[in-house]
Amino acid sequence: MASITFIDFSGEKRTVEGKDGQSVMEAAVGNGIPGIDADCGGACACATCHVYVNEEFLGKLLPQDDMEISMLEFAENVKSNSRLACQIKVSDELEGLTVTTPESQH
Amino acid sequence: MDLSDAHSVVIVGGGQAGVQTVYSLRQGGFKGSLRILCDEAYLPYQRPPLSKAFLKGDLARERLFLKPENWYVQNDVDLNLQTRANRIDRSNRVIHCADGSQFSYDSLILATGSRPRQLPVPGNNLKHIYDLRGIDDVDLLRAASTPDKHLLIVGAGYIGLEVAATARSLGLNVTVIEMADRVLERVTAPIMSSFFTKIHEKHGVKILTNARLDHFEGIDGAVHSAVLADGSKILCNLVLVGIGIIPNTELASEAGIACKNGIIVDRYAKTNDPRILAVGDNANRPLVHYGHKGRLESVHNAIEQGKIAAATVLGEPHPVEDCPWFWSDQFDVKLQIAGLSQGYDDFVVRGDENSGRFAVFYLKNGRLISTDAINSPAEFLVSKKLIISGVHVVSSELEDTSVPMKNILNRYAI
Repeated sequence: MASITFIDFSGEKRTVEGKDGQSVMEAAVGNGIPGIDADCGGACACATCHVYVNEEFLGKLLPQDDMEISMLEFAENVKSNSRLACQIKVSDELEGLTVTTPESQH
Repeated sequence: MDLSDAHSVVIVGGGQAGVQTVYSLRQGGFKGSLRILCDEAYLPYQRPPLSKAFLKGDLARERLFLKPENWYVQNDVDLNLQTRANRIDRSNRVIHCADGSQFSYDSLILATGSRPRQLPVPGNNLKHIYDLRGIDDVDLLRAASTPDKHLLIVGAGYIGLEVAATARSLGLNVTVIEMADRVLERVTAPIMSSFFTKIHEKHGVKILTNARLDHFEGIDGAVHSAVLADGSKILCNLVLVGIGIIPNTELASEAGIACKNGIIVDRYAKTNDPRILAVGDNANRPLVHYGHKGRLESVHNAIEQGKIAAATVLGEPHPVEDCPWFWSDQFDVKLQIAGLSQGYDDFVVRGDENSGRFAVFYLKNGRLISTDAINSPAEFLVSKKLIISGVHVVSSELEDTSVPMKNILNRYAI
């Protein structure tokens, strides 16, 4: 379990509870967080769950695989802290995780 | 007709398209009543994992649900499960359900989806012959999928091949029969068919093409073998039929809504009754990047049309149509498809088929119309942009792997 805060492009914050085994994307979709469409349902096929991860948590995440790297290479407005939320697994270690959704996804 | 006076919207169908419509309506500030009529017993769920992780047993049922139960409560959406709509009274704007309930509407959204095509051969009613559309189908198939089984799959489309891959990972003996002369014949070029055939054969799937099923034979009411038109017999004690789907249009057509290969809609998802919209794989819609109409069986289509329908009801600007796209996961292969390849007059291959990473670009009149990308997300994502832009492409560049896809994208400045 971890509470995860999503900040949209206007600065509005929404905090939800992520369950172990879930992805951050699933936690977002299950709670109706705007800006995370997750069209492919977590198959790493669409890049519609692109988020910016709060720097202090970047090191706690598993590294990106080739598929995620390529998907992000062609996403809009990519930054050094960009990740796909479907590829981030919720765990206790991520308690307090904060991610921001890009304006282009709104 | 302006629907901005609509206070009550009823959605028939609890699949991806229906739920997206509801979600987009609430996101867009719709304040009226929303009701989903769904003939299944489960909260609306996503279907792509059904033939993959869910069949394999790797994904709990709850993780299929598009929204948790309390989302419907919090968003004031009435969800009528196990409720089958069976008649539309257009003049009174009332929808009647099989259980006798009825609901009036200002706008009606038909998200009725589709059903598996039945196999019209003798013996098709024997036990242990399944098709795959919903959770219940997969529960039955999974329970029967013990490693001692000989599974025969009829039809080498995406469902058939995805189930073949899953069943092999569960240890079943798997044979796929296909009427056409190659797998995925309807949707891909020969090189892609040959690639998937090799992948499946490498993992122990037997594939028979040009194989026309004549009938099933059974013992004690359960399937025992399949007999082909050439008289050959395949022993099997489990069968999955995956030969395509039929759009559920009866509710619409019986109410006088125009249907032809699906419910006919305009760009705004409106049928010939402007208060009635249709979304998802039952809708025959304009494919604006291709200049003709068509019915798309995909998650992307369901989501896009849900957004379009919501914008229509809200009187908001029409969302820009994206390039249609699809995906399929089989063994360690991720296939991503951009666009629609029907009618291509040329194709080029980028990369080496034997490396497990390559892409096929389909061209028509010098423009890219579709791409099949195998473990190649860059090719897939750039193709989506090239297809929408409609630019003339230089095919020799597309096949030159020394030119990164990023450069190709930049060259066309799109």
